[in-house]
Amino acid sequence: MASIEMRGLTKAYAGGVVAVNSLDLTIADGEFFALLGPSGCGKTTLLRTIAGLEQATEGSLLLNGRDVTTAPPGKRDVAMVFQDYALFPHMNVNENIAYPLRIQKVPSAERRAKAEETGAGLGLSELMERRPGQLSGGQQQRVALARAIAYRPQVFLFDEPLSNLDARLRLEARTFLKRLQKDLGVTTVFVTHDQAEALAMADRMAVMESGHIRQIGTPSEVFHRPVNVFVANFIGSTPMNLIPARVGPAGESLVVASTSLPVPTSAVGQLAEDEDVLLGSRPEYTDVSCSEGPGALRGTVAVLENLGATALVSVETGDLSVQAVVPEGEEPAIGAEAWVLPQRQRALVYRVTDGLLVSRAPDESAGAGAAPDAGSATEVASA
Amino acid sequence: MSAPTAASTRGGDGAVVGVVVRRVLFYAAISLVMAFFALPLLWLVFAPFDRTPSLTVRLPDFTLDNFRLLQDNPYALTSLRNSIFIAGTTMVLVVVFAALAAYALSRVHIPGRDGLLYALLLLSSIVTGTAAMVPIFLLMFQLNLIDSRTGVSLVLAGGLLPAAIFILKDFMDATPRSYEESARVFGASPLQVLRHVVLPIARPGLATIAVWALVNAWGDFLIAFILLRDPEKSPAGVVMYTFYTEGGQANLPLISAFSLLYAIPVVAMYLFVNKRYGFRFHGGIKS
Repeated sequence: MASIEMRGLTKAYAGGVVAVNSLDLTIADGEFFALLGPSGCGKTTLLRTIAGLEQATEGSLLLNGRDVTTAPPGKRDVAMVFQDYALFPHMNVNENIAYPLRIQKVPSAERRAKAEETGAGLGLSELMERRPGQLSGGQQQRVALARAIAYRPQVFLFDEPLSNLDARLRLEARTFLKRLQKDLGVTTVFVTHDQAEALAMADRMAVMESGHIRQIGTPSEVFHRPVNVFVANFIGSTPMNLIPARVGPAGESLVVASTSLPVPTSAVGQLAEDEDVLLGSRPEYTDVSCSEGPGALRGTVAVLENLGATALVSVETGDLSVQAVVPEGEEPAIGAEAWVLPQRQRALVYRVTDGLLVSRAPDESAGAGAAPDAGSATEVASA
Repeated sequence: MSAPTAASTRGGDGAVVGVVVRRVLFYAAISLVMAFFALPLLWLVFAPFDRTPSLTVRLPDFTLDNFRLLQDNPYALTSLRNSIFIAGTTMVLVVVFAALAAYALSRVHIPGRDGLLYALLLLSSIVTGTAAMVPIFLLMFQLNLIDSRTGVSLVLAGGLLPAAIFILKDFMDATPRSYEESARVFGASPLQVLRHVVLPIARPGLATIAVWALVNAWGDFLIAFILLRDPEKSPAGVVMYTFYTEGGQANLPLISAFSLLYAIPVVAMYLFVNKRYGFRFHGGIKS
């Protein structure tokens, strides 16, 4: 069991591409930590740097307080499960699981028994003699996990653990992985580009963009209070509405196309008159009604998408399309007039100039005082 | 020869004449080609057992005298041993060095790598070719390797290596890096990665290269002929060249029997390796 600490960790490639840029991050012992971001954001490079498959060009990496920045991969006590599982095709399941023990020179009979035991723990007893090619995707994943477990590492690293599974299996594997991690209690870092996976599995997560961490927090924090427009866009299965607005007189209202909306609670008292902002409101937290209400945007229903128990309504108001989620049975008709209203308690305001969240000081641990220049928000996040 | 005429007599069917005629022509052509390849092989099988072997193919007037003759020849059997030594050494050299070089070239990116490989491939045909015989002779002379079977193996291996590296690199490229990285994360050393992961996966490729190198060295004539003096050291290919009668005619009883013995190991080897590993030129991984 170990904590992972990164100090100013940087990975630059020979071509000048900086994949990971001066990163500070501490992952606590036993934590299930997600690195989330779009492809090319450096999350896999970061994972590989922790594994030792890439050499950090600057900064240091500590595992359980021990500096392993320059240690070779085999000397870090870290097990990695690859995206393609990387099971050795010429070895059967037992030999695959026993491979780390073979490297450790454990006698053959003993490692067979240990592999048998580890495999049994993951429901692989029937498959021990098969070759990886004869296994389904889910079974292959469990073999890869068993092999990592057999190594008894301080840290698990999973590279896109679910991306090779089909949709239904993915949900099962998600639950399975989360339970397994809780049972083993081993610090685990996993990489994913799927925000739903990160939200569902992680204890804490970091959202990355072009080599930088944009936000660190629990899934709930990241979902409810994305610190900038990028994170706001990236998190959530339906993208957040970002409605351009201008701050009204005395900073007490937001004006969107001549309609005046109340300032969301999170930004009350933080806005200056005539400032350009984006009003952020998740479709789940946006109400639609068929009758006019105070502070609601008027528009017409353009598209209806059925999501099962709910429906996604796109309302066009001027050049703007605002999406809202409504429960089934309450969908307005297409073409009908409708009023959309962001929920005041949950809506967020982003400044157009720097794309950062406007929020009241008490919410920020660093207490940037009255200066809501949310630049401090990222600093806090990446500190 | 009789096959095409036999086939063409079946063309007289009524309804689907066009199809039948096309079929018949197709098989006739195939038979002709087959016959072209089959005749020398038939000669190889029949002639050694014929009391008076000639250059025509015919059912033998059965005898084993030719093999007895071969046994009495002072060089015939030693030459086969020499061939085994030369071909075996060449094979080992080629497989070991080609595997290491191909792995390195596949994993380490050096500028101009592909150009280098193509250049080597191009030059390799010159190295063992006739054009380079004089320099090779001089080189071997200075290295004191004239009249040495090891010298012959070295020259042969040098000529075969570029193509072997080229083919094996393809196999190595086809092995996903994540396999190696996975092994490395578990603490495997580079040599262990090679032994446990890369080589087993590239095994069909190694088998292919091994047989190919063996067959090439086994069939070599020119290099051994030039570099070896002592008939005691000559391999089969060179010794066969000396089987003449006193009258200067080719000694067909001896040549035919010897040809068969000379061919059997290669055919056996091919069958064995094909059964054991299968020859595959693409995709190191069987899933």
